[in-house]
Amino acid sequence: MSPHLILQVVAKLLIPLIVVFGFYVQFHGEYGPGGGFQAGVIIAVAVILYALIFGIDAARRTVPPVVVRFGAALGVLIFAGVGVATLFMNGAGEPLNYLDYDALHPDQGHHTGQHYGIILIEIGVLTTVASVMLAIFYAFAGRVPDIPDEEW
Amino acid sequence: MNHADLTQYLDYLLIAMLLAVGFAIVRLRNLFAVVMLTGVYSLLCAAWFVSLDAVDVAFTEAAVGAGISTVLMLGAMLLTARESEPAGVGRHWAAFVVVAAAGAALFFAIPDMPVYGDPESPANAYVGRDYLEQVPHDISIPNVVTAVLSSYRGFDTLGEVVVVFSAALGVMLLLGFGTGARRREEEED
Repeated sequence: MSPHLILQVVAKLLIPLIVVFGFYVQFHGEYGPGGGFQAGVIIAVAVILYALIFGIDAARRTVPPVVVRFGAALGVLIFAGVGVATLFMNGAGEPLNYLDYDALHPDQGHHTGQHYGIILIEIGVLTTVASVMLAIFYAFAGRVPDIPDEEW
Repeated sequence: MNHADLTQYLDYLLIAMLLAVGFAIVRLRNLFAVVMLTGVYSLLCAAWFVSLDAVDVAFTEAAVGAGISTVLMLGAMLLTARESEPAGVGRHWAAFVVVAAAGAALFFAIPDMPVYGDPESPANAYVGRDYLEQVPHDISIPNVVTAVLSSYRGFDTLGEVVVVFSAALGVMLLLGFGTGARRREEEED
């Protein structure tokens, strides 16, 4: 039986709640405080908590470093890609502007294009920030052996 | 007694606690306690930002400063000693003069600062007011901070994401991906 049984049970209860809160912060960013940056950090914290309690190897099996590496680049690509997409989606005669979200949807009255654009780039920010935080954590934590029991 | 009168005492209390934690961080020799206190410092900062109505900044401070930074500092501490060497007892007069001069200059500048919440202050008067007025017409989302960050200043935010990405790239290039170092150690064992 693990000496950290209570920590493990509590962490198992907390981690799903932390992830759900992260997604709430992500998709509620238009209405309340928060956004992709904070949500990315919160979701990374959920994995880091898992790594602290269950060991870094378990976390590496759950979220492999390869995924983290690709995620960091993918987020930047999503963000920059939305900008490139807006360059090509503008109608004839309209000015071509990088990251001009109004081009994403024809409904100008309700600013639907702006909403689409903000949601899309926030997903990019979330992907990059969560991956980068995990990558840095993996890079640091991978250099030390797991915390010995007497140091808990 | 109006609203501002009550909350300013909360601000004083938080600033006093920040000072106390700051002195404790300087005085302590146990690095584990120092790392934990830096987390406490960030959390107090976040509470203070909430009191100043800067909820988005407070959120970021709580998540990054108190959350991720503390974990990374703990990871760094595991690589080094648990106690720091006692500092020398010598007095560094040159350093004291620099700090005292900088502090005096800051106090000298205080009267030029705008009053807290002043609508005519430079931060609120020009482009800030434009954003507050234009967001309902341009973007129509309730959180002006998100609107400014994502839409008006979308290009800046793209730059920030690239900066975050480069940070990870730098750490990966310097420290590896966290898998190589340990595998080599195991082979050496």
